Amino acid sequence: MKLPDLDYCAPASLEEVVALLSANADAKIISGGQSLMPVLAFRLNAPSVLVDLGRLQGLDRIEIGADHVRLGARVRWIDIERHPALRTAQPLLVAMIDHVAHTQVRNRGTVGGSLAHADPASEMPGFARLVDAVIEVFGESGPRELSAEDFFLGPLETVLEPTDVLTGVRLPAWPAGRRWGFQEVARRRGDFAMAGVAVCFDDGTDGAVHDMRAVAIGAGSTPVRLSGVEAFLEGRVLTAELAEAAGATAGQEVSPMVEDAGEADYRRALVMTLTARTLKQAAGLEQE
Amino acid sequence: MGNRTVEFELNGEAVRVEVEPRTKLVDCIRHRLMRTGTHVGCEHGVCGACTVILDGESVLSCLMLAVQVEGRSVTTVEGLSPAEGLSPLQASFRKHHGLQCGFCTPGMITAAHALLTREPDADDDRIREAMSGNICRCTGYLSIVEAIREARAAYGGASSMPAGEVAAQ
Amino acid sequence: MTIVKPVSGPVVGQPIERLEDLRLLRGEGRYVDDIHLEGMLHGAVLRSPMAHGRILSVDATEARAMPGVHAVITAADLPGHDHPDGVPTIPIRLFPNPGMDPFRQPVLAAERVRYVGEPVAFVVADSPELAEDALDLIALDIEPLPAAVTSENRGEGQPALYEGQPSNRVWGYNAKLGDVEAAFNGAPYTRRERFYVHRHTGITMETRGVLSQWDPVAGTMTSWGAAKVPFQNRKMLAQLLGLDLEKVQMIEGDAGGSFGVRGEFFPEDFLVPFCARMLNRPVKWIEDRREHLLAISHARDVHCDIEIACERDGTIRGMRVRADVNIGAYIRTSTTITPRNVSMFVPGPYRIPNFASDVAMVVSNKSPTGTYRGPGRFESDFFRERLFDLVAGDLGIDRVEFRRHNLLRSDELPHPLPSTAPDPHDSELDSGDYGHMLDLCLAKFGWDEKKRLSGKRIDGRYHGIAVGCFIEGGAAGPAENVRMVLEDDGKVSVYTGSSAVGQGVKTILTQIAADAMELPMERLQLFHGSTTYVKEGFGSFHSRSTVMAGNAALIAASELRSQILAAASELMQAPVEQLRYEAGTVCSEAGATMELTALAGRGIAYEATFRNSKHTYTNGAHAVHIAVDAETGKIEIVDYVGIEDVGRKINPLTLHGQAVGSIVQGLGGALLEHFVYDGEGQMLSGTLADYLVPLATDFPNIRSQAVELHPSPFHPLGAKGAGEGGTIPVGGMLGNALADALADFGVQPRDLPLSPARVWHMVQQGRASAGRAGEG
Repeated sequence: MKLPDLDYCAPASLEEVVALLSANADAKIISGGQSLMPVLAFRLNAPSVLVDLGRLQGLDRIEIGADHVRLGARVRWIDIERHPALRTAQPLLVAMIDHVAHTQVRNRGTVGGSLAHADPASEMPGFARLVDAVIEVFGESGPRELSAEDFFLGPLETVLEPTDVLTGVRLPAWPAGRRWGFQEVARRRGDFAMAGVAVCFDDGTDGAVHDMRAVAIGAGSTPVRLSGVEAFLEGRVLTAELAEAAGATAGQEVSPMVEDAGEADYRRALVMTLTARTLKQAAGLEQE
Repeated sequence: MGNRTVEFELNGEAVRVEVEPRTKLVDCIRHRLMRTGTHVGCEHGVCGACTVILDGESVLSCLMLAVQVEGRSVTTVEGLSPAEGLSPLQASFRKHHGLQCGFCTPGMITAAHALLTREPDADDDRIREAMSGNICRCTGYLSIVEAIREARAAYGGASSMPAGEVAAQ
Repeated sequence: MTIVKPVSGPVVGQPIERLEDLRLLRGEGRYVDDIHLEGMLHGAVLRSPMAHGRILSVDATEARAMPGVHAVITAADLPGHDHPDGVPTIPIRLFPNPGMDPFRQPVLAAERVRYVGEPVAFVVADSPELAEDALDLIALDIEPLPAAVTSENRGEGQPALYEGQPSNRVWGYNAKLGDVEAAFNGAPYTRRERFYVHRHTGITMETRGVLSQWDPVAGTMTSWGAAKVPFQNRKMLAQLLGLDLEKVQMIEGDAGGSFGVRGEFFPEDFLVPFCARMLNRPVKWIEDRREHLLAISHARDVHCDIEIACERDGTIRGMRVRADVNIGAYIRTSTTITPRNVSMFVPGPYRIPNFASDVAMVVSNKSPTGTYRGPGRFESDFFRERLFDLVAGDLGIDRVEFRRHNLLRSDELPHPLPSTAPDPHDSELDSGDYGHMLDLCLAKFGWDEKKRLSGKRIDGRYHGIAVGCFIEGGAAGPAENVRMVLEDDGKVSVYTGSSAVGQGVKTILTQIAADAMELPMERLQLFHGSTTYVKEGFGSFHSRSTVMAGNAALIAASELRSQILAAASELMQAPVEQLRYEAGTVCSEAGATMELTALAGRGIAYEATFRNSKHTYTNGAHAVHIAVDAETGKIEIVDYVGIEDVGRKINPLTLHGQAVGSIVQGLGGALLEHFVYDGEGQMLSGTLADYLVPLATDFPNIRSQAVELHPSPFHPLGAKGAGEGGTIPVGGMLGNALADALADFGVQPRDLPLSPARVWHMVQQGRASAGRAGEG
């Protein structure tokens, strides 16, 4: 499981990165390398050159602004875990990232790497879809922005061009008092989820649910916004019965990407169960 | 591809080595610099046997290229071993029988050292969570958790408190 | 015959910290990949990507021409390729029979490939990277054949693996005790069940590796990386290379785990030394993890029909077993053990007066199988203990009482085990108080309190408990050697043919030898790991090293002490009868003393052989408490208790480590680990992210206790082989606890592993049939 022969560069500017990507059609960006290196070790990909983002300045910054939080592409899971203010500024993000991999991988794995790798079972892409994050890209024509909604095309597939560098992600500010829930089921701690569901909503003065959002991971070719669940609950007062009913709705919105039909049924059922549970978690309802 | 020269600090010592760009950090350490304490268990980032400490943080040396540590500081199990005998952490592993075949052990020592350096008060749950990226096939982990728990004192953490049933024989 | 007294000294029985640990903890271990030889080349194996097919061509032209490549060998380059006998095949180490010869694995596939991962070519290059690059340049043309993946029903209806063979059932074992037909005739109660234990295995943390060096002047081959059975592998290698035995040396460095799988003779154990001799350069090959998952011995994979006949009061009249073991594509070194053990050990520690088994070895297009911790026993215990809970339920008898009623009593021991055919090897359960062990386990577990939780739903999860009894065989013969030498500095060197694979054999044997010589442990130095240390060695398997090498050490020490007294008698000019050996000093009745250093240069040494045909049977009971989330199918181990009587504890610290590690491996097997194959024979669990071994977070609640109530009556040391017992009962325990927890849904697990998806499906089926019952 040695790597295929390749070259390595670590440019100091985005322009140089893009130039290298343009000049080498099969070049590959390496950020934390925690997904890419196994791919190379199994020789599933053999790029001629690895372009390391490690020398670019500023990509590792976490900025907490009035209307958004910006995570640079090279912000690592461990940076999110340790950041003193993120836990209140983006509580659901922190809760979801808690489930990512194990210590050593968390010390290297990055936000940008995860988004660009686009594993449908990953937490970061799921969170980006849930909150309609804005993904910042630098390409041949300079910087541009992409919506998370349009970003993910399929398993390990995004709209990024081969010459694009993902530079960061902007998360809309988290309203005070927003309620959230997240649960996932993995075989072991740190494994990719067989399924996971995140929900959030704002409490209206009427006691009803507003800006209802729900996303499932591990249950489709990309993270899946559960728009049926969202529409079903929007404006209603959340009860245990409604949460269960929303779970049933969620089951119809996902098509797990597994060959075995029994396994697919199981994962769909997980999405149903987890939808109901996370809604109750968010609403502070008793788990039955 | 042409070889590159990499300079970094290994266990406090400046090293300079020529490698192919594709050379993994672990292969460079083991087969070029001949520090064979760091082990290769899976080469795809799931077993933790190759854990080394990079500027104070535990990382998998099978998921890094040697060229990526230019100018940085790498510590392996050799760097955590006193000139003679065992460090308190190592001695605690021995006392609690936290190793059998010993193959995962260097990765356990580096990972546990990085953990306790930062979190000397880690409790059993935290120890298990933080060590969940290091696979041991022999011990069932019980004795490893005991060993790390008791070693906390050496890092300025809570003194060892027996939790549950300790090594009932 | 030397009279050997049991040791009773200050170190045996003490939790001595291991001698091995100092090096290992400092990163100074010497595993095979840590050895670098001058001029060393590196090998890589081209493996079949297809489960079954006819090899049309292997074209290595381009690979051979690649700079840095020294050789590419295929079957056509091996001796015998142009003879009817074909290329060399891997010998069968355990219970070989000429009838098995057609099913032996060629060291490189010649005409057919029969499993994904089967070696087809071997590349030697300047570096591991280049060797792997060269693999990509070999053009392999294979005509696909349909794959046989299951062994169910003797593999009937599956594509045939071997031309000219009537079926994929290639061998089998029968065992018999009493008259089973009579027992079933007129039995007031019978029940028949069908169970399956899935394919999984040991997965050592160090992958396999071989480093070989040929000395053309001396005509000798040295091979590093040996483990478990170096002496037997040396014989095989010498024979396959056409060398005299003494021209081959196997060196065992540190070994990163065995669990039965590592250390057998695999194709690479021939290919590497073969190329080293051919190229006259040292050649190293280190298995990578992807290869390991395909190439190491797989295990389990047994379907079983089991039938029981009982009286209404629960007394077992008899039991019938018909099992199909999916042995994979070939019969390799230790493939026979699982089917043999299944044929013998389903009765376990229970009184089953009439028993018959018929166990088939069925080939398939999966990786070949071999021994893995508790081979055939993990499976047998699952079949038996699952059946017992079903039977107890049918008969309305408490499951603890059902077991207690049928456990063999102390006064019934020794008790013969069913005799196997072919190759009968009579064995009997040696000693113990099985009922007492059950009681100890129940008490430690807190059975009476936890019984109330049975089937209860608390905080959304269902709770279940289970208890069961087991035996563990140990101390396989025929023999083991220990050589002791009194050195000039008064130290005693101890050489053994047993292997160290992480189980602490060095510490344990030093403890035994220290007490036998009445010396502090510092005065002894233990050597193992080379086939040159003793005349013959037998290795480490079947939980044997402590008993076999330990007793050999007792004999050697006894003889060494006699030699010391004889030599001292000469020097002290006193008759031997007036001398006594006391803690490293010879004392005369007259009051004179002589230290061992005074005996320097007198050649005091002895190589002892301990022969044994009687197995030891560690025995005990396990109990488990689980909580199950019926919606997600996830099982949590709330508490797990294992109790075992090991006869005699040599080192409680290492024993406890063996027990806990063994239980956790069993839990991995019952819940997580699974080699999944698709219908084409492709293995879908090819990484450690797919083949799931337990992590530190999985099973924090394990308790284990060993007692020493019934030493083995068959040898002076009294210890019984231990280390596999933790694994053996786990599958049965988990199956029964799950049935207990999910009784509301009528869940009765019959297949392992108990993955979340499988648990969830069983709950759904339970709900569906409950719904139908409600409608009716």
